[in-house]
Amino acid sequence: MSSLVLAVELAWWQQTVLRTIGVLAAVLLPAGTLVYVFLFKMMSFMQSRLGPMEAGPYGSMQLLAEVGKWIQKEDIIPWRADRKLFAMAPYIVVMTVFLTYVGVPFGPDAWFADLDVGIFYILAVSSISVLGILIAGWSSANKYSLLGGLRAAGQLIAYELPMVLAVVGVVIQAGTLNLQGIVAAQHEGAIFGWDGIGNPFILTQFVGFLIFLVALQAELTQTPFDMPVAESELVSGYMTEYSGMRFLLFFIAEFASAGAFAAVAATLFLGGWALPGVDLDADYMNVLGPIVLLAKIMLVAFLVFWVRFTYPRFREDQLQQLAWKVLIPLSLVNILATMALKVAY
Amino acid sequence: MARLPAPKVPGLVKGLGVTLKTMGRTMFPARGIKTLIPAPSKGAATVQYPHEKEVPTPRARGVIALKEDNCTVCMLCARSCPDWCIYIEGHKETAPPRRPGGKPRTVNKLDRFDIDYALCMYCGICVEVCPFDALFWSPEYEYSELRLADLLHDKERLGEWMETVPDFEPYEAGSEQKVRKVPR
Repeated sequence: MSSLVLAVELAWWQQTVLRTIGVLAAVLLPAGTLVYVFLFKMMSFMQSRLGPMEAGPYGSMQLLAEVGKWIQKEDIIPWRADRKLFAMAPYIVVMTVFLTYVGVPFGPDAWFADLDVGIFYILAVSSISVLGILIAGWSSANKYSLLGGLRAAGQLIAYELPMVLAVVGVVIQAGTLNLQGIVAAQHEGAIFGWDGIGNPFILTQFVGFLIFLVALQAELTQTPFDMPVAESELVSGYMTEYSGMRFLLFFIAEFASAGAFAAVAATLFLGGWALPGVDLDADYMNVLGPIVLLAKIMLVAFLVFWVRFTYPRFREDQLQQLAWKVLIPLSLVNILATMALKVAY
Repeated sequence: MARLPAPKVPGLVKGLGVTLKTMGRTMFPARGIKTLIPAPSKGAATVQYPHEKEVPTPRARGVIALKEDNCTVCMLCARSCPDWCIYIEGHKETAPPRRPGGKPRTVNKLDRFDIDYALCMYCGICVEVCPFDALFWSPEYEYSELRLADLLHDKERLGEWMETVPDFEPYEAGSEQKVRKVPR
C-alpha cells in the first residue's frame, strides 16, 4: 500500500522530525488561510468594506505583518500573576490544537497517527484546551480573565456533550472510531443501493451535522457563543493580560482549532479526504487528498464564520438551555433513530 | 431561570441571508454581464482614505474657521466653550474717525485667537454664539499633527480655513429668514 511513499527507510527520529514539520505546516497553513479569507476578507465584505488592503496585493501579507508586530512586543506578565502558570497556559492551548491535528487523516498514507480510537482521541484531546484557558484566566490575577476562564469552563459543560453525542451517530453508522474507517465507510457506502457518490454522512446524519456545527461554534468560542472572550463585557476574557508572543499563540490556537475542527467535521460528515469515484488506495490520493480535505475545511469554516459574523452573542445561561434542552435531546433522538435504522437495514 | 423562547428559525435564516447578500453586493457590485467579475473596491461603502479623498458633506463639522476682521474680542466664544479650548487675547487701539471731523474711535484689536483641537469636542457652541459672524464650520478635516501640542492652531491657521467654508444653503421656499452670507 505504501510501497512508493516509504521506499526510503527512515529512522524513527527522522520520521518524528518530518511529522513535526508536517503538523506545523498542517496547523499553520489552514489557520493563516482561514484568518485571511474569512476574518479579514469575508467579514469585511459582509460589512460592505474592504478589509486590509495595504500589506501585499489585497492585503494578503497582512497576517505576516501582524505576526511581526506581535513578536516585537513586550511579553508583559502582571506583577500578581502566577508566573509559571501564566507563561504555560498559551502553550497548553496551542498544544491541544496540534494534538487534534495529529488524529486527522489527509490521505491513504498521509496521516500523522492512525489511531483505532481516532475520533475519541480527538474529542478527548480537544477538551484539554479549556484547561489551558482556565489556567490562563486563573493565573492572570485579573477579574475579567477569571470570569472569562470560568465562562469557558462553564461553556464546556454545554457544548461537549452534544458534540460527542452528534459524533456517536456517525460512529454507529460507520461502525468504527477510526477516522480512516469513517472515510472509507462514507466512500464505499450507498444511498438506497445507489453508490454514485458514496454516502457522505451529512445526508443520513444531517441532524447530527447541525448539532455538531452548533457545538463547534461553542467549542471554538466563535461569536454567538463567544462569552469567554466577550470583548464588550470582559475586555477580552482570559486573554486580557496577555501580550506579544503569548497573545499570538492564543490567536493561532483560536484559528488553528477552527481549522482542526473543520477538518474533523469534514472527515465525519463530508467524506474527508476522499472524492466520489476515486480509488482510495491510489498513491496520488496522498497528494490530492490534502487538497480535497482543505477544500472541505474551507467549506465548513465558511459556515462557521458566516454564522460568526451574523449573530449577536448569547448569554451563558442561554447557551446552557439551548444545549441541555434542545441539542442533547435532539442528539439522543438522532442516536436512537440511527441505531434503529442500523439494526433494521 | 427564564424559559428559553422557542428558537426563531426563520429570523435566524434571514439574518444569514442579510450577511450573505451584503457580501455578494460588495464583491460583485456590477450589473448585467459584468456581474461575475469581482470588484470589491467598487462595491464597498468605504473609501480607501489616503489613496482617495473622502468628499465630506457641505455642512460637515470638520474644523472651525475664523474671520479675523469680524472678531471684536468679545470673548463670548471663549466663555461659552465647555472645555475652555479657546484662547483669546486683545488690546485696545484708537482708530481714525469714520467721517472727517469726527471723534477717533476705540476698537478691540485681536492679538491671539487659538483653538486647541486636542481639547475641542466639536460641539459648535462657539460658532452658534458668535454675534459678529467671525466663526464658521469648515468641512476641512486633514489637520492632524504628530505632536499633541501642535494641535493648538493659531488665528493665521484658522483664517486659512475660511477659504474652505462653503456658502450657506438657501432655506426652503417661503422662509422669511434671510440666508446669511459667508464673509469672504
